[in-house]
Amino acid sequence: DIDDVGHKYHLELVLEDVLDKDSTVNCTAEVLYHLGNKNLPPDVQFTIEGELKNADEADNIFYNQIKSLEKELVAENIPDSHGNVPPEMEPIRLLAWVASGYVIWQNSTENTKFQLAQIKHVKQVKRSDEYLEFDYRILLHEMVSQEIIPWQMTVLWHPQHSVQVTQDSRQPKHASE
Amino acid sequence: TSNMKWILIFSALFGASLCLETFVGHQVLRIKTTNEEEVKKLQLLESLEHLGLDFWINPSTPALPVDVRIPANSVQAVKAFLEFHGIEYSILIEDLQVVLDKEKQDMAYSQQRERSSNSFNYGTYHPLDSIYAELDHLASEYSNIVSKLQIGESFEKRPLYVLKFSTGGSNRPAIWIDAGIHSREWVTQASAIWIAKKIASDYGKDPSITSLLNKMDIFLLTVTNPDGYVFTHTTNRMWRKTRSKNQGSLCVGVDPNRNWDAGFGGPGASSNPCSDSYRGRSAQSEVEVKSVVDFIKNHGNFRAFLTLHSYSQLLMYPYGYKCTEPADHAELDALGRAAASSIQSLYGTTFTVGSICNTIYQASGGSIDWSYDYGIKYSFAFELRDTGRYGFLLPANQIIPTAEETWLGLKTIMEHVRDNPY
Repeated sequence: DIDDVGHKYHLELVLEDVLDKDSTVNCTAEVLYHLGNKNLPPDVQFTIEGELKNADEADNIFYNQIKSLEKELVAENIPDSHGNVPPEMEPIRLLAWVASGYVIWQNSTENTKFQLAQIKHVKQVKRSDEYLEFDYRILLHEMVSQEIIPWQMTVLWHPQHSVQVTQDSRQPKHASE
Repeated sequence: TSNMKWILIFSALFGASLCLETFVGHQVLRIKTTNEEEVKKLQLLESLEHLGLDFWINPSTPALPVDVRIPANSVQAVKAFLEFHGIEYSILIEDLQVVLDKEKQDMAYSQQRERSSNSFNYGTYHPLDSIYAELDHLASEYSNIVSKLQIGESFEKRPLYVLKFSTGGSNRPAIWIDAGIHSREWVTQASAIWIAKKIASDYGKDPSITSLLNKMDIFLLTVTNPDGYVFTHTTNRMWRKTRSKNQGSLCVGVDPNRNWDAGFGGPGASSNPCSDSYRGRSAQSEVEVKSVVDFIKNHGNFRAFLTLHSYSQLLMYPYGYKCTEPADHAELDALGRAAASSIQSLYGTTFTVGSICNTIYQASGGSIDWSYDYGIKYSFAFELRDTGRYGFLLPANQIIPTAEETWLGLKTIMEHVRDNPY
């Protein structure tokens, strides 16, 4: 508890490579949730002990596959109802997962726990530069309220640059759903 | 005619697959290396990005084969390279697109086939009718110990079916297991039907389940919320609640696990009909909940109440509606830990054990709080796989492993119930 400021948490965690469970890296972090103003995202400071694995090869293969498509990529329901993800969609799913991490961070409080539930729709947006741009409509699952929240996010990426969420907005939910 | 239907299905599947990148002419090779030299040559190949190679098993050591998918227009170049260097390879897949198309066909076909044969595929998700058909099949194939009972009807008038596992006696002490109270938690209904088959087929073979059923009965409600389950298939995969109409609101449904008579109206449930944790206008307002309550009260001899949810990998005991410990806290915690240990022994899946309030959140009107306060000491709620990577959309290939490990946890609890009459 920090008077008049908020609540600070000190964390020790282990990061595990999604694609290689034996590849782990230790991490320490400090998270500060601000008192009062619920619109301020928590402050996060972190230190990674060691290096994250190099993903250049996989990044380049994915980048080239998308670049060589004749038409802009469009897909829906990733994973589908049965949890299936076509192999060629796996990088699209991973990209959404990273990007949704940013959206989740920006919208988290001490009383929320978000997970990416599903990509309802993704379409590639044509660009004249070397970046890849994807417009995602995702569903976030908020554990405490158990609500499923539709969200739109625009994601920019290039192998030599980090993932950017250039635009995101919470979407309305229909009463009939 | 059925031929027309197949032509339509195939062309629809073909059409759907053509929307995305295709794998026409892609080959998958298995390359056998005999020394480090050859591994290095393959790593060189791997670095040539323009070939678009997709290594399913990367070159790392001569001890392991290297599997690689090669786009059509690189196949000849890669084979020439391998042959020039005398590196042995075989063709695993001639044309990947053919394999993918066949897989889609098979999946559509096997659903059709299941209706005519008696081979129920436990490793895939099924619509309600298929599950109900399999309940009948189990009751018929194992009629000496399995019978099907209807305990009520859902809001939309679907039957609520319970399988009773019993070797006789009269109103023996009983164990209650339910799944699918929240309809989007598909791995629970899927695990429940596997568990039904397991109990039935293991009786007489497995000493533990045999001795258990010789003394006690098991009642298994595989789909507690059938209206919601159908809705997740037809309209909204993420639907959680019942499908009852709420007076004065456009929003449908009540959270059936906030509707039990345990701290009803307290914190941890919403009073807003549009909320996914809406408690309902009153306790037991949902016919699905009332049917279970009435059945258990009328039976009068239940000793354990076990309910399956997903996801998060948790094993919880009461309370949810308040954060104080139940009187039997020590015993329930120890038993929970023993069950979690059994679960972990199979595939290493770890479950966190604790009371609902301390482990997940404060939530009023929950089923195991009701059953515990009613006098059923061994009340536990499971949250099955996973911890969020796929969440509700758990891949079908994890159904059976999930069911297998969950079964070990349930067995640990049931054995303790058997050995500790009260």
